Amino acid sequence: MARAAVRGRLSWQIASVDAVAEETPRVRTIVLEVPAWLGHRAGQHLDVRLTAADGYRAERSYSIASAPDEPVAITVERLEDGEVSPYLTEELRVGDALELRGPVGGYFVWGPEDRSPLLLVAGGSGIVPLRAILRHRRRSGADVPVRLLYSSRSLEDVIYRAELDELADGVEVIQTLTREQPPGWTGYTRRVDAELLGEVAWPVDENPLAFVCGPTSFVETVADGLVGLGYPAVRVKTERFGPTGGR
Amino acid sequence: MEALDGNAIAGLLHDVFDAEMTSATGVCGSCGASRQVAELVVYVRAPGTVARCRSCGSVLIVVAEVRGIKCVDLSGLASLEPPTAASDVD
Repeated sequence: MARAAVRGRLSWQIASVDAVAEETPRVRTIVLEVPAWLGHRAGQHLDVRLTAADGYRAERSYSIASAPDEPVAITVERLEDGEVSPYLTEELRVGDALELRGPVGGYFVWGPEDRSPLLLVAGGSGIVPLRAILRHRRRSGADVPVRLLYSSRSLEDVIYRAELDELADGVEVIQTLTREQPPGWTGYTRRVDAELLGEVAWPVDENPLAFVCGPTSFVETVADGLVGLGYPAVRVKTERFGPTGGR
Repeated sequence: MEALDGNAIAGLLHDVFDAEMTSATGVCGSCGASRQVAELVVYVRAPGTVARCRSCGSVLIVVAEVRGIKCVDLSGLASLEPPTAASDVD
């Protein structure tokens, strides 16, 4: 029965905004009530569609920020010249309607049945699908060890800062602030490169599984670096975004 | 224009194929490289949407919408194998 429902055609539907939370000055989390949501997996995304009064439409794909057993949420970074993100981060209010379809994607997903040590590497808002994975891991009682390497420009740009500070139970958070650091910062201060990955990544002989999400150039550097360390390419899952890709 | 990857067109491909396709495996008709669709190099702001082989750059998938009808060209692919049912709820 459920399976038959999941096989149904992916269709646009109207969700309503249940809550909004400002994560950073440029990033906002939007919690949605989706009437016909069939459940999602950690790492999947959804498509948002805005329709202007003249009929012009713009679609963007956003990673789902919540675990499968939580209400659907997306976290959106405002791009100054964006068509969709300024509306989502500045105009949208609780109770407003939002047209979406999803969940979509089946490649960049993680489930607790995978027992491999996890290496999660995020650049900027690439943290969003990795947060869904972290939450799913905790809420499902999985105990695979996790290393999260997260690169941001400054402390103010760190998304989910309080949540990341509280992570424990086998999750190690390693941060780098590449542009500006607060006084007393003890984390990394340089861009993620092969050398930094060599210091942080699980050794290959532990059969780790890596998820890498961020801007295209960041993902290329990290993926190449991990393969250079001996990670098989199939053990490095990648997701790239850019100005037109949303997230 | 910055390249994305096949994750960015998960919704578009799901709409066209009525199935999750980013975890499908595509084989390049030019160089024979085999990769999951999520790993292809994707341009979403070309005239239409274009997915290229990450190994040789050949055009593998083009989706263009003309007057509300989606036109799909897969002629660059030697094969496109859907994900196995057991591994995917879609």
